[in-house]
Order: sequence, then C-alpha cells, then structure tokens
Amino acid sequence: MDWHLLIAAGVKIVVFVFLLTLPLVAMAVWAERRVSAAIQDRVGPNRVGPMGLLQPVADGIKFLLKEDFTPAHVRKTFFWLAPTLVMVPALLTSAVLPFGTKLFGEPMVIADLDVGPLFIFAVASLTVYGIVLAGWSSNSKYPFLGGIRSSSQMISYEISLGLSVVPLIMLYGDLNLGHIVREQAHNGWTLLPLWGEGLSVRGLILAIPMFISFVVFTTAMFAETNRLPFDLPECETELVAGYHTEYSSMKFALFFLGEYAAMIVGSGLCVTLFLGGWSLPFGWLTPADTAVDVPFWQGLIHIGVFFAKVIAFILFFIVIRWTLPRFRYDQLMKLGWIYFFEIAVLNIILTAVLMWLLAPGSAA
Amino acid sequence: MTQDYIAVLVQIVLAGGFAVATLIASALLGKRALRNPMKDSAYECGMLPVGEGQARFSVKFYLVAMLFVLFDVEVVFLIPWATVYRAQIESGAGIFLFAMLGFVGILFLAYLYALKKGALSWQR
Amino acid sequence: MTFLFYFFSALVLFGGLGVVFAKNPVSAAFSMVISFLGMAALFIQLDAFLIGVLQVLVYAGAIMVLFLFIIMLLDVEEVEKRKLSLPTVIRAGGVGAALVVLISTVLMRGGTAGQALPKLVASPEKSDVLRIGELLFGTYWLPIQIIAVLLLTATVGVVVLSKRELK
Repeated sequence: MDWHLLIAAGVKIVVFVFLLTLPLVAMAVWAERRVSAAIQDRVGPNRVGPMGLLQPVADGIKFLLKEDFTPAHVRKTFFWLAPTLVMVPALLTSAVLPFGTKLFGEPMVIADLDVGPLFIFAVASLTVYGIVLAGWSSNSKYPFLGGIRSSSQMISYEISLGLSVVPLIMLYGDLNLGHIVREQAHNGWTLLPLWGEGLSVRGLILAIPMFISFVVFTTAMFAETNRLPFDLPECETELVAGYHTEYSSMKFALFFLGEYAAMIVGSGLCVTLFLGGWSLPFGWLTPADTAVDVPFWQGLIHIGVFFAKVIAFILFFIVIRWTLPRFRYDQLMKLGWIYFFEIAVLNIILTAVLMWLLAPGSAA
Repeated sequence: MTQDYIAVLVQIVLAGGFAVATLIASALLGKRALRNPMKDSAYECGMLPVGEGQARFSVKFYLVAMLFVLFDVEVVFLIPWATVYRAQIESGAGIFLFAMLGFVGILFLAYLYALKKGALSWQR
Repeated sequence: MTFLFYFFSALVLFGGLGVVFAKNPVSAAFSMVISFLGMAALFIQLDAFLIGVLQVLVYAGAIMVLFLFIIMLLDVEEVEKRKLSLPTVIRAGGVGAALVVLISTVLMRGGTAGQALPKLVASPEKSDVLRIGELLFGTYWLPIQIIAVLLLTATVGVVVLSKRELK
C-alpha cells in the first residue's frame, strides 16, 4: 500500500469535495434565492452578512439545531438510511471530474479512471435507492407517490442521458474524462471547435450532432436532478414535498444537499464534456502534454476556469428554473421516452454516418 | 489504475462519514420536544390520515422500469463500441458501422413495437 | 490488497446471506445490492474495470430497481407474515446442495484443477474498454445482432405480459 497516494487522494477529496463543492452548494442555494427574487421583483435574503451572503451558514446551523424528529409510523432503519443513500452517491460522482491540470505536480482529479462517464452514470443510478427508500419507509401517501414518480422519472431519463453522450465518445474515442478535456484544450471545445484540428470542415460539421447531444444531455440532466421544469416528484401543489415530506432537520438537509451536489456535479460533467473543462479558449495557457509540469499560477488559473464555467452553468440552471413552468407527468414521460429517445438514437446514427463519410481514408 | 479505485474507496468512506457525522451531530444537538399522537401521524395537510400509507400504484411504473432495464443494456453495449468506432472507421473497418446499424436497428424495432402497443403512452 | 479482497468477498457473502435470511423483502433486495457492489469491487481488483462498473450500472442500478418496484407493487406485510413450510426448506436445500456439488465438480475436474488461474493481463497501452469494443462489434458482430434479437424478444414479452395485466 502506497501511503503517498492515499494521503494525496485524501487531501484532494477534502479540498475538492468538502472545501470547494459543498461551499458551492451553499452559494448555489443563496444564488437561487437571490436570482429568483430578482426575477420575481423581490429582494430575497439580504439581512445575514453582506448581501445576505451568510444566509446559507445560518441555514446550516438552523438545520443542525432543529428537532431531529422521527415520526412513529415510519420504518426506522430505512428512514435513517435513505438520506445518506442520496448524499453519498452525489458526492462520489465528483471523483472522476478533472477540475484542473496540476498543482504541486499532482494531477487535479481524484480518480483518473478509464471509464469516466460510465462511472458517473453507475454511481448516479444508485441515487434512486435513496429516493425510493425515503418514499417507502415514510409509510405515508405523498412521500410514497413522490418516491415512485421520482425514481420512474430518473430511470427514464437515464436512457437519454446515456445515449446522448455516445456521439461525443465516438468523436474522442476515449472514455477518460481527463483525455477528453486535454483533446478539447488543444483542438477546440466540443461545441466550439474554432482552433487546432477542430477548425476544419470535418470538425465544424461534426459540431452539429454534438450540439444536438448537448441539448438532449442538458435537458436529461435537469430531469435527473429533479429540477424544475421537471420537479414533479416534489411539486408542492400535488404532493406536498414529494419523497421527503416526512423528513425534518438534518435528514431533510442531506436530501437538499444531495440534490444540489448532484446538480453541481452534473454541471461539472457537462462543462467537462462539452465546454472544455478547465481549458481556456484558443489553447491559451495549455500545457503541451501530461508529462509537462505546470507552473503553480497556471494550475490555479485552470481550477479557476473550471469553477467559473461550472458557476455560469449553475446560474443557467437557476434562470431556467424560474423561467419555465412545470411539465405534466405524462408530458414528461412522453418527452423522455419518445422525443429524446428517438433524437438520441438518430443522432448516434447521424454521427456514425458523418464520421464514416468524413474519415480521412474514405472516398468522400 | 487500481490505485485510482483506491481513491474512489477513500471517497466513499469520507462521503459516508460526512453524512453519518452530520446525522449524529443533528441528533445530539437538535432540540427535543414532546411527542404527541398528532405529531406522530402521517402528514396529510393537517387532516387525519385516511387509509393505508402505501397506495397501490399503476402497473405503468413497473412497465417503465422493465423497459428501462432493456434499453439500458443497449446503452451499455453501445459505449464500448463508441470508444473504438473512430479508430476503426479511420482504418477502413466498415463492419463497425454496419454492426452498429444492425444492432440499433433491431432495438429500434423493439422500441417501435412498445410504442405501437401503447406501452410508452402514459394515458394508456 | 489481499485485505481488500477478503473484505469484499465477505461483503458479497454477507449480502448473499442477507438475501436468504432477511424477513422483510426490501431488506433482502438491499442485501442483494450490497452483494452486487462487493462483486463489482472484486471485478475491479481483477483489472476488469469495465465489467466492474457495468455490474454497478446494470445490476445494482437497473435490475434491482426493478426488483424493488415489484416488491412495492406487492403487499410487503403479507409476504413478511408467510411462514416457511418444511417441504419448501427441503426442496430449496436440495437445489442449493446440487449447485454446490455441480460447481465443485467443475472446479475439481477442469483442466485448471488445483492450479492458480493466471492473472488477467490488462495491456498497459490499451484499456479493457477498447478491447471489449473491438471484440464485440468486430470479431463477434453476428452474436451481437443475436443479442439485439434477444432484447427485442424480451421487450415484446414485457409489453404483452403487462398489457394483459392492464385489462
């Protein structure tokens, strides 16, 4: 057992997950409330700290100090297990995201796996258990219906999500997220192939299916993370609060945190796959290859760029949430199973045929 | 490669530890209040709970779960294919295109069948 | 590393025992998920990374969700109350014993009896994903079409069966 690796992994996890992602969750909650207030011509939280920035801290303390109530009618073991089962996979998915190049000679990714996107899908698919269990163990009508609806929605959109990344994997011929980002840094982002090898007829034509993929992927991610316009599992007017109706204090907070953490990791994945991850446009400040050591300030800039993109994406999430009305459940299922499934499959075939026609060796 | 999975293991332990620690902290620090039968009952917007907690749900949900398993397998087969497609097609191995077209085509038939039979329409 | 092997093997066995002995069907299903996760870890220790991740994605993440749905569709309390009858125990024990005999016979008789099996070599320049992709859609392009037909049959079966239930 190599202690150096273990300690390096531990430090990276603590810094990336607990010191960067979780505070980002808090900031996302604050931003959500401020932006929604601005959209609805209100003020929003502005009392605690400058511009209400300390509001999430106050909320956190309140969650800890509230009565930790377990109703008598629930199935206790599973009732306690469910929030952790939502939280742990949500935090675990961040393991494969490359959030920078190098710092102190250490690659800025927790686990550099060769099956990156598959790992995220696999771990994210385990979130369903937390939700089903929360609904079932609450032994109450609204949570039960919310849990069933939510899990059904998540598994339906998992298909579109999986199919929508296939064209992108075809383009890069790699499942390692680190390699995919490096390729984008040198040869143009997936959606913006304007430099390197990307700036060619082939690159520009292939950007079209990539854009379709991006639209399907982003929408499916909204549904996966149960965000409005797809927040049917907890639509207040029908199901009170969905699967976490019976939850209070920190157990509720873990659902809440898990949901936002999933949203941030989803944004991170989208940025990594489609928008060049940590890279600046036009190959600026891009190290030649993995062997080259990166100066400290450049390493910091790469991390900063990654988080700037993620934050921009989260703001996009928030604006969408407060702009679009909610779908009806049958519309949601129709969108997922009929439109997105067909679009994603046809997009794979389109990409395959385009790549075949545009391959260097072929006649065309 | 394997040491990267060790990192994943470390992260499972840390994330699980975080979740458990917050739950314990909240159980210890949280206020205690008296229980009463009303508070212990299932939440139904302030009315007395009616009937069982577990409603029967539509067989539709089960159908969706079943179809999900089937099409998830399709995605799983397509991903290794997508990884090798570019290298193979550039070295002139057209079989990779046609093998995929056949595979996806047959599964699309399955999809069309389910669609035709109304398995995917929510209102039946 | 050996420690991890024993840890995950124990996890698989613990999960398996849970499936058999848990009174509550939901607990049994969860034991099965734990068993699958342990198995995924064992696959990863054998350098079969793709299989390991797919074990989580397909078995733990898809098939067991379906199981849970079915368990919830049925009345859990009723299943909990059901008592085991002696003939059931005897029959189940018989099947289990037959399986043990079968597996041990195969392990004893086979060409590899008594030797340690060679470690799966993952070539450093090519990930296992690439090799599986090449084999599946290149060498074995025909079997993959047959798998597609199998999935088609399964879809038809699902739709027909649940449609009958709807009427």
